[in-house]
Amino acid sequence: MSHPTLEDAHAEPHIVGPKVYGLILLALLCLTALTTGIAFVNLGVFSPIVAIGIAVIKMTLVILFFMHVKYSSRLVMLTVGAGFFTFIVLITMTLSDYMSRAWGLW
Amino acid sequence: MDSQTVAARQEGEIAHHEGAHPHYLRHHFETVEQQKEAVSFGMWLFLLTEIMFFGGLFMAYLLYRNWYYDAFVSASNTLGIGLGTTNTAVLIISSFTMAMGVYCAEMRNKRGLMLSLSATILLGLVFLGIKTIEYHDKYTEHHIPGANFSIDDFVHPADKRDVALAPDVAQHAQIFFFLYFAMTGMHALHMIIGISILFGLLYKASKDAYTTGHTSIIDNFGLYWHFVDIVWIFLFPLLYLISRHPLH
Amino acid sequence: MSTIVRLPNQQDATLPKRSYLNSEYGLKSWLLTGDHKRIAILYLISITFFFFLGGAFAGLIRLELLTPLPDLVSSDTYNKLFTMHGIIMVFLFLVPSVPATIGNFVLPIMVGARDLAFPKINLLSWYLYIVAGIFTVSALVLGGVDTGWTFTTPLSTHYLNTHVITAAMGVFIAGFSSIFTGLNFIVTTHRMRAPGMTWFRLPLFVWSHYAASVLMVLGTPVLAITLVLVALERAFGIGVFDPTKGGDPLLFQHLFWFYSHPAVYIMILPGFGVISEVISTFSRKRVFGYTAVAFSSIAIAVFGFFVWAHHMFIMGVSNYSALVFSLLTMLVAVPSAIKIFNWSATLYKGSITFETPMLYAFGFMGLFTIGGLTGVFLGSLGMDIHLTETYFIVAHFHFVMVGGMLMSYLAGVHFWWPKMTGRMYPEGLSKLAAVVTFIGFILTFFPQFILGYLGMPRRYHAYPPEFQVLNVLSTAGASVLGIGYLLPMIYMTWSLKYGAIAGSNPWQATGLEWQIQSPPPTENFLETPIVDYEAYDYEWLANKTQHEVTTVG
Repeated sequence: MSHPTLEDAHAEPHIVGPKVYGLILLALLCLTALTTGIAFVNLGVFSPIVAIGIAVIKMTLVILFFMHVKYSSRLVMLTVGAGFFTFIVLITMTLSDYMSRAWGLW
Repeated sequence: MDSQTVAARQEGEIAHHEGAHPHYLRHHFETVEQQKEAVSFGMWLFLLTEIMFFGGLFMAYLLYRNWYYDAFVSASNTLGIGLGTTNTAVLIISSFTMAMGVYCAEMRNKRGLMLSLSATILLGLVFLGIKTIEYHDKYTEHHIPGANFSIDDFVHPADKRDVALAPDVAQHAQIFFFLYFAMTGMHALHMIIGISILFGLLYKASKDAYTTGHTSIIDNFGLYWHFVDIVWIFLFPLLYLISRHPLH
Repeated sequence: MSTIVRLPNQQDATLPKRSYLNSEYGLKSWLLTGDHKRIAILYLISITFFFFLGGAFAGLIRLELLTPLPDLVSSDTYNKLFTMHGIIMVFLFLVPSVPATIGNFVLPIMVGARDLAFPKINLLSWYLYIVAGIFTVSALVLGGVDTGWTFTTPLSTHYLNTHVITAAMGVFIAGFSSIFTGLNFIVTTHRMRAPGMTWFRLPLFVWSHYAASVLMVLGTPVLAITLVLVALERAFGIGVFDPTKGGDPLLFQHLFWFYSHPAVYIMILPGFGVISEVISTFSRKRVFGYTAVAFSSIAIAVFGFFVWAHHMFIMGVSNYSALVFSLLTMLVAVPSAIKIFNWSATLYKGSITFETPMLYAFGFMGLFTIGGLTGVFLGSLGMDIHLTETYFIVAHFHFVMVGGMLMSYLAGVHFWWPKMTGRMYPEGLSKLAAVVTFIGFILTFFPQFILGYLGMPRRYHAYPPEFQVLNVLSTAGASVLGIGYLLPMIYMTWSLKYGAIAGSNPWQATGLEWQIQSPPPTENFLETPIVDYEAYDYEWLANKTQHEVTTVG
């Protein structure tokens, strides 16, 4: 075979064990406590950024470990990426209209 | 001809002759491996559609939070942060139990699988129970958008530290609550569907369906369940934690 | 005129003893089938029904527009006519047309598989389509919906008391039918290709369907949630699109067009796939620039997500954002143009014959090019200000959708008809129908460009008398077009019983589907094919047929 394709990178039959799951659970719970606690601190404009940032970290942990993407084929990773990309396009390009309305006519 | 393909074909033929053609291998698939990967990939594609489905709601939220920030802050502060945090923890633990269920299925541990599935169901029901309490609170406080809605709490806040809104600004709190109900409602709908399927899985698991090597269905349901968890991971800070007063 | 058609000796040719059509009998074996080929036939029948229903509405519209006065139907009824025409044609005809009928039938065979990845979900897709059709017909029968197929708010949410929710739910369900079809195609293409069938040996038909499927999976859910929001707004008055409660009606349009622009690529990409196959076969030449055509399909899918606000230039988006979307729209035209260039280069120095699918393909090339170019005009911000909401838009999208997509659908149905049924349709009559369709189309829609340019607004059923001549031409064309579409109904049905036996490869085409019998057996292949030749390899085919004894039966 010439060069590896997406499909060649099959998921190794990798079984994730309870220890890993347990660690991730702990991390997620700590991050939850963190995000709740930090909501009471006045971070000004950084508040939403921190909140979303923590949520993104939690999501990444769930995706990589609970959903096994860390041990999955490149096709699955590409699929997840495609989903995020399209979501980001929806958000940013719609916002490009709303945010630029305030700039006036030209 | 590719030697690997020849070998694979021969292997497949031998396996077939030996009767190692499991009953769960559908006829249009060549191997169990191919079926497993196809089904898993199919589930991921379905989750992509779910990302975009919720995406529309997130877009609406983003826009209106931007436009009506003050009303959103006041409205968000009426949501119980204790209940919200608890629910977040409940869902995260249920994701853990679901992942453990996948592990047990892979380890062919029937009792472990059934325990994990039961725990996931229980936690899911707790989540929905807390949600019901929260929805009921919104009803009694007249925060449900539409005919029931009253701007009183926002124009004359009970807590003196809360900012009082002008009446027209307070109307925009309705949009927050609409998004609250739409987003958590859509999420709850997905939870209800998930829990219903879990009951079915539990029953099937008791009949050894998933502990004889065919863990595909548990794996893929796990993906769905984790996705529902991820949606809540975002809903929680966006809806509950917009801007909390110190020690509120 | 020469032809490449090679049929078996009609004296002793018969249909194969065993095929997907006779492997099982009874209504249940059809309604509960998992066989992608049977599901394709189910779709073919249902789609044809909805096509003629939508066409009936078109006929009524053109009838009204014969005269400048609103004298045939009332204003509300006219609104209902064009709304139902749009909804049925877009969601119940164009979106599923090629993928669900031709794609379902040949895609698994083209990749060398025994079926799609998820046969039951494929069947579910068809049932969802039928339910969607029932909802839509219900909305019609209960009194109709008059929002325009675009459900624009706040008209649809606040100012109408027609059956918006019923129609919206119909479209919602049709969306999921589409999503599941796309999901099936993506998984099948990735995971079920036969040994040796690498991505770059796939027919370009598969690439086009893959790209369209990606759009279906990623774009349609946004339409779904948007329609849910419209339904909630109508039912509960929550204010999400209501300016009086702080909502923004334009948010609806952003969300709606986020799907509906990629939707037009969902509609046309499968048609592009058909054209690639037809042009190659009837020029006896591999498609020029395979890689370019393959990647341009992907490019269209990706870029198609970046341009939706060109449907909203005059709706109140900011000028800066309109400028960005206008520039991006110029970009998205490029991959489509690449395809047209490559097909033209395929024709160049090919051995061209003019069988019916090729006639439709030629019609496509000309009409889609005109439609596409006018799309570029409309994408320019300055031009669009004047041309939007006029008949120029109507002409533009009918050129691409009817002159483009419908022509390629007919090309595909004619091309794969022998494979699906084992029979040939009557060539003389089919050529006549193709020519009649082409003439009828030009007569119907070209005057509409002029009307639009002169300023006649769309969705109006009354117009200034000076526009009447062009409208009469258009309606006359519509009658011709109607005949052009009725003819295939008649002769295709006739061919089922009396058509010549086709044999496995009447067109001498490459592609795995032409190496098996017509109609195919249920499991497609008696043994898994091993592919060691490139796509459109006519030398390989010539070599193979030389050493082959063909018996049919």
